[in-house]
Formats: sequence, structure tokens, C-alpha cells
Amino acid sequence: MKALKCRECGREYPLTATHVCEFDFGPLEVCYDYDRIKKSMTRAAIESRPQTMWRYRELLPVAGEPTVGFQVGYTPLVKAPRLAARLGIRELWIKNDTVNYPTLSFKDRVVSVALSRAKELGFTTVACASTGNLANSVAANAAAAGLKSYVFIPADLEQGKIVNSLVYGAGVICIRGHYDEVNRLCAEIAGKYGWAFVNVNMRPYYAEGSKSMGFEITEQLGWKIPQHTVVPMASGSLLTKIQKSYQEFTKLGLVSDTPYQVHGAQATGCSPISAAQKSGLDFFKPVKPNTIAKSLAIGTPADGFYALKVMKETGAHADDVSDEEIREGIRLLAECEGIFAETAGGVTVGVAKKLIAAGKIPADDSAVLCITGHGLKTLDAVVGHVGQPREIKPSLREFEALLAQEEAVTA
Amino acid sequence: MPVTVRIPLTLRRLTHEQELVDVQAATVAAAIDALHARFNGIRDRVLDKTSGRVRGSVLIFVNDEDIRFLQGEQTPLKDGDEISIIPAFAGG
Repeated sequence: MKALKCRECGREYPLTATHVCEFDFGPLEVCYDYDRIKKSMTRAAIESRPQTMWRYRELLPVAGEPTVGFQVGYTPLVKAPRLAARLGIRELWIKNDTVNYPTLSFKDRVVSVALSRAKELGFTTVACASTGNLANSVAANAAAAGLKSYVFIPADLEQGKIVNSLVYGAGVICIRGHYDEVNRLCAEIAGKYGWAFVNVNMRPYYAEGSKSMGFEITEQLGWKIPQHTVVPMASGSLLTKIQKSYQEFTKLGLVSDTPYQVHGAQATGCSPISAAQKSGLDFFKPVKPNTIAKSLAIGTPADGFYALKVMKETGAHADDVSDEEIREGIRLLAECEGIFAETAGGVTVGVAKKLIAAGKIPADDSAVLCITGHGLKTLDAVVGHVGQPREIKPSLREFEALLAQEEAVTA
Repeated sequence: MPVTVRIPLTLRRLTHEQELVDVQAATVAAAIDALHARFNGIRDRVLDKTSGRVRGSVLIFVNDEDIRFLQGEQTPLKDGDEISIIPAFAGG
């Protein structure tokens, strides 16, 4: 890490807990000394390290050794031939962050970076504004690190996500309102109490953690950038960091400079970024979210502008899917590949299906779908939509009757 | 119209660390001008120099509602309204 730098005007700031430029409110981003990193970060060096996201630590913004979340990342990249056949594409891979450690979503990546850095900066209380997954991860990782935590979430979240924060002993504050209102409150609270808000004053460090997902994808593909990556968009931050990961690996000579597209996926009930992309706009109009994909329900996406820029630069596309298509996406992934994703995963699969059908992702190409959270966290969204179990007495006769009936139906 | 403006940390150096500032203004645009008259420099940080509109990196709320869902910079104000200026690059 060299400094924090404003993405808009280029002014530099010291590496403290601060996230926007004083002069134009532009986002601050961590910059690195790539010439120096190039000397130690070779394929061989990386391959010799433990299989966690920290094998790329030169490109993650902590000064010393990480102290929170050593085991996070290096989730499976699963070849998905059955889903590929269903979606009509030659080759498909699933980057499976439903099994990320410890809270089953990609947010463990950003949180391990943010909390490691927060400890370096001397914070003892951490907090976040969250649509659920981030809250779970902050609560769990803070507990393990001995930090006090407060998580702020919309009051109407899925039970699974609320319980998954409470169990770790975090202070869980439910806000009566959308995520955007939670976020606004947190922007006002951050800084007031001397807390490290992972996605407010710690955001420059936090956001960099997402790059590890892209680093892993390229390494797991045999040091190659995928032709197509489909990424769910809430704030749009993950999509921008996936591109940054491909750019950094190219710059360091770890992968060849091959063309790639990073496509964005949203739910139709909250699609400010995809609506703008489809209309050819480079700015978005904020919306009031209404979708079962609550983890993506951000009506004023902080990185919407930059996500649009990445899609334009890489010649990529965005699209969005209805609640029914989201459930269908969840079922497709589960039935074809045995992976149970949360609603955001249904969004990604549904949008990939649309982009392939429209020829925007050519059928002869290869694509990676970023599946970011586990389905057990959003059971509310699929209960009653995935069939019903059949109940019988512990009787062989009843079972045989049931089986005969089933065979008659499928015959 | 007397209204209260909640100043973000980002701008507090300009307001001598004041968090709440009362100004007289009939619209959001007028409130920003009034702030600028008291604390020179605020307008340039909040508004885009070429378009004169609120920067994409800044969110402004009147009584908890984003002004982009109201009438933007021309959103009218009434006695006792509270304006919040928030950095857009947060969350997610």
C-alpha cells in the first residue's frame, strides 16, 4: 500500500480510516507499488502459499500480516456442464462463494480485509450497513477477533439473515426502511463514535477484498482471464473490483492480456444499473427497491457509475430478471449442479441465461458465473416454490403405492 | 425560511467543526448558496463546476428523502426542514 487516492481528482491521502475526498467527495482508492510487488508476486510464489484469499496478500490492503479471517476464500471454481447445456453455452464455470468461510457469502472476503486493517488502525468496535450477508460476516469475524460489533440492516430482512447476525452476539439494529435509508443513517453515524464502519470510513480497504474473487478465478482457470464473467450488482462494487483484479494480474504479468467482458446482473425490482446500461446511459436514476433479491436491493448504488464504466470499457452487457426468473435460476443451479444459491445467485443465473439466449454472450464462448451467497440464508424466498415433500406412514405398502404413482406420472 | 443543515465530516473543516448549521433559504439551491456565503468553498465542493448541479458523488436529503425523488436542487423548503449532505460513495 502506498496511499489513498481520489478516483476523481487524484489527490492523495494518508492510509487512515477515511473514504471520500474532501474536495469533490470522490471515492478514495488504495494504490500500490506494482514495480515492487512484481518482484515477489510470481505464479510459483502464489502457488506455494496456503489456499486462502491471503495468497494474494501483496494486492490486499493490510500493512502487516492479516489478523482476521486467515481461512477465507479459495472457494471452488466448479465446471458446470449440465447447466451449460441448459443455458446453451459451450463452457460454464461456477465460482462458488456459497461455501466461503465462515459465513457462506463473498462478504467474508471484504470483511477479513476491513477488520484486519481496522485492528491495525487501533479500532476496537466495528460496524456496517448491510442487506444481510455483510452483517453476518461482520458479526462472525468480529466475534472471532474479539471486536465489538454493531450491524445495521433493513427491518424486513429474511429471518435467516437476522438470526445469523444475532447468534454471534453482535448489536443488531433493524431500521424501518430500505437499505438506502440504512446506509444514509450509517453515513451520519460513522465517524461520530470512533467506530470502524467497514463500508463507510473503511470502504477503500474493504472494497479491495473483492478482488480476491477475481484473482482466484484466473488462477483456478490455469492463469487465464475468462472471456465472460457474470457478476451480481448491488452497489456495483464487486463488478468493478473483478475488473481491477484482471487488470492487476495483467499488469504484473501473471496472465496474458486477453479480451474479456464483465457483465452485470440485477433484479428487475431494483435495476438502476442495468436499466441505465440497457438505455446506453453512463449515469443511473435511483429507484425504490421491490424484489425478493434483498441482498441486491440497493436503489442508490454507490459504484453504479463506475460499474457502468467497466461494462462500457469491456464491451459488456447488463440485464435484470423478475422474482419468478430468480427462483427459476436458483432451481436450475441446484438441479443441474447441486449448488443451492441465495436469491442473488438466482439473479446471476437468470441474467446469464438471458444474455446467452440473446447472443450477447456467444454460445461458443466460455463464461464464469459469480455465485455469492448460500441458499439456506434466503429460504423465505423459495419456500412453497420448490415442491412439497410427501408424507406417508412407516409402511412398505404406502411407499410402494407412492412409487408406483410416481412411475405412472413419469412414464 | 429557517432550516437546519447537517454537515458531513468531509466538510467540517470548512464549518470549523460545526455539525449543524442554520440558514435561511426557500430552496435546496438557495440553502447551498447561503452555506457558501458563510463558509467559503462549500458550493464548489458540493456542486459540479460545469453543470452547477449537485455532484454525482454527493447525496442531499430533505427530511429523510433524497432530493432526486423530490424536485432536485429546486426542492422547496419550509420552516424547520432538515437538510443532510451525505457522501454517495458508501455502503454496498
